[in-house]
Amino acid sequence: MDRPAEFDLRTHDGAQWVTLTGDWTAINLNQAASRLKSALKEEREIRFDLTQMNRCDTAGAFAILRAGQGRIAKDGLQTSPAVGRLFELVSHAVKAAPVGQRRPWSLYALVERLGRGLVDVAKHFYETMVFFGHLLVAVGRLILNPRRVRWAACFSLAERTGLDAIPIVAVTTFFIGAVVGFLGADELAQFGAQVFAVELIGIAVMREFNIVITAVLLAGRSASSFAAEIGAMKMNQEIDAMNTMGVDPFEALVLPRFIAMLLTIPLLTFVATLAGLAGGLVVSWSVLDLSPGFFLQRIVENVGATHFWIGMSKAPVMAIAIAGIGCRQGMEVGGDVESLGKRVTTAVVHAIFSIILIDAVFALVYMKLNV
Amino acid sequence: MSDSPPTADQDAAEPIVVEGLVSRFGDHVIHQGLDLVVRRGEVLGVVGGSGAGKSVLLNTLIGLKEPDGGSVKIFGYDLEQASDADWGIIEKNWGVLFQAGALFSNLTVRENVSAPLIEHTELAHDLIAELSDMKIALAGLPPEAGDLKPAELSGGMIKRAALARALALDPNLLFLDEPTSGLDPISAAAFDTLIGELSDALNLTVFMITHDLDTLHAICDRVAVIADKKVVAVGTIAELEKSDHPWIKQYFLGPRGRAASSAQTARGAP
Repeated sequence: MDRPAEFDLRTHDGAQWVTLTGDWTAINLNQAASRLKSALKEEREIRFDLTQMNRCDTAGAFAILRAGQGRIAKDGLQTSPAVGRLFELVSHAVKAAPVGQRRPWSLYALVERLGRGLVDVAKHFYETMVFFGHLLVAVGRLILNPRRVRWAACFSLAERTGLDAIPIVAVTTFFIGAVVGFLGADELAQFGAQVFAVELIGIAVMREFNIVITAVLLAGRSASSFAAEIGAMKMNQEIDAMNTMGVDPFEALVLPRFIAMLLTIPLLTFVATLAGLAGGLVVSWSVLDLSPGFFLQRIVENVGATHFWIGMSKAPVMAIAIAGIGCRQGMEVGGDVESLGKRVTTAVVHAIFSIILIDAVFALVYMKLNV
Repeated sequence: MSDSPPTADQDAAEPIVVEGLVSRFGDHVIHQGLDLVVRRGEVLGVVGGSGAGKSVLLNTLIGLKEPDGGSVKIFGYDLEQASDADWGIIEKNWGVLFQAGALFSNLTVRENVSAPLIEHTELAHDLIAELSDMKIALAGLPPEAGDLKPAELSGGMIKRAALARALALDPNLLFLDEPTSGLDPISAAAFDTLIGELSDALNLTVFMITHDLDTLHAICDRVAVIADKKVVAVGTIAELEKSDHPWIKQYFLGPRGRAASSAQTARGAP
């Protein structure tokens, strides 16, 4: 039987008495707290009669003390011993806790945030350099002592990031190849040059889409999981435990991921090339009536393997970018869940961004080289 | 109003009644016919060896694990048959202090304590903020702690912040999972005193899992011993010390048990 909190103001023997009734608990308080406070605003000295109250908890006691605020008469609390103890406890706590100050939202805060952002950019650059420096040292140490490479971890990661990704990579590039075939056949038909759709498919798939699609898919699939795995280990102090055992986390966690990526991305790119060409082949067979034999012959004679090798040459760079960004963001995770989420998102966004950037740089370089 | 403590609606029923509880994971039986009654207003300590099923019992009581047999009644509501409305009443009337704190890590301590108040009451937001500050002080934390994130707190402060959150709605029933584990003896003693004071002043019923013999001596009215898949004994420490059960004998009359006991006697406690 919850009863809402109520109060009653009365003058008795020349003193102001407030009689409280009902349940003065957090659940039943509702607006009574603010009503009591405004009702007592004018009073100089207040006495509370709490004996009519049904129930009272710390929230109720707090509301009553707040409404009284230093104007409660010395003998102004008429209570049962149990409630008296409660009031004692609460008034003690109130003394210890000053009212929290909210930071004002102002131009100053804006400038402060801006400044912090700028400093953060510099700090991030520095930390990235530290990360790569540390990585280089770890690589150097492994080259001097190759037996320290954790091949078991490398291959299990390669299975997870590479082998398991084959279906999604193959299906995606198959459709990309098919779409390029469709568009090419449609547009080139206007010049009566449909047959050149084969060259279009060959160059687009072998030079660009195989590696870019593979890398973007792995950025979504693996960079995020690297960041999340390493980040969760960081939160769980597992990285600290490794450090104290003399196990270099770069050697045990980061390098195997690099090696796994370096192993699998070229292989996946090869799979992506085949799937993309298959997609183009199916479209040119069904739409342009070019036989598969003719399609493949034209690819070999008119497109050639150079484009394929250009595509492949980007693979190791993409692998390093994906593994590096994923692992580095994982290492940056702090103690709370929010930073984990933020770092995983950052890992994916940065990885995809750098994939596109790297691809653009390669395109420029190869254009200058005339290949 | 009499001296009788402020009580909830479910006055008649004992806060916790467990009858014939069976818990198992696959073939592994944890509890077999476990019975336990927690009386209103008492501080009940639950002890048992590691793996005896203390945490499973706690998880069953707070509704995180469904019993595989038997019944669990909280404030007289059978947890398995409770409607959503019943659950609403139950959730407003209990607080849980998890072993590792389980504070929401992306909220500040003040926001953590405010969370149940915002969820379950219709109080004004500024009052909730002030109330949270008061609870934080009540739990023995310095005022600055309100603005900190859980990751910035020490182990003892996490326990206190978690206690402040568990007490946010002034529950009638408080579950504590190893409240003093990981605290230094001085902080642990202070925490014991705090829980004792709060349970007296707020008339809490406390269900406490603990390994800390000093805590048992200092604040527990009764102690329940879990062994052999059930509660083998419930009683005051003095009663349990007379028990014949081998595990209880070892527990209370072993070197640590004796030390805690004599320390308590030296302090002249009841």
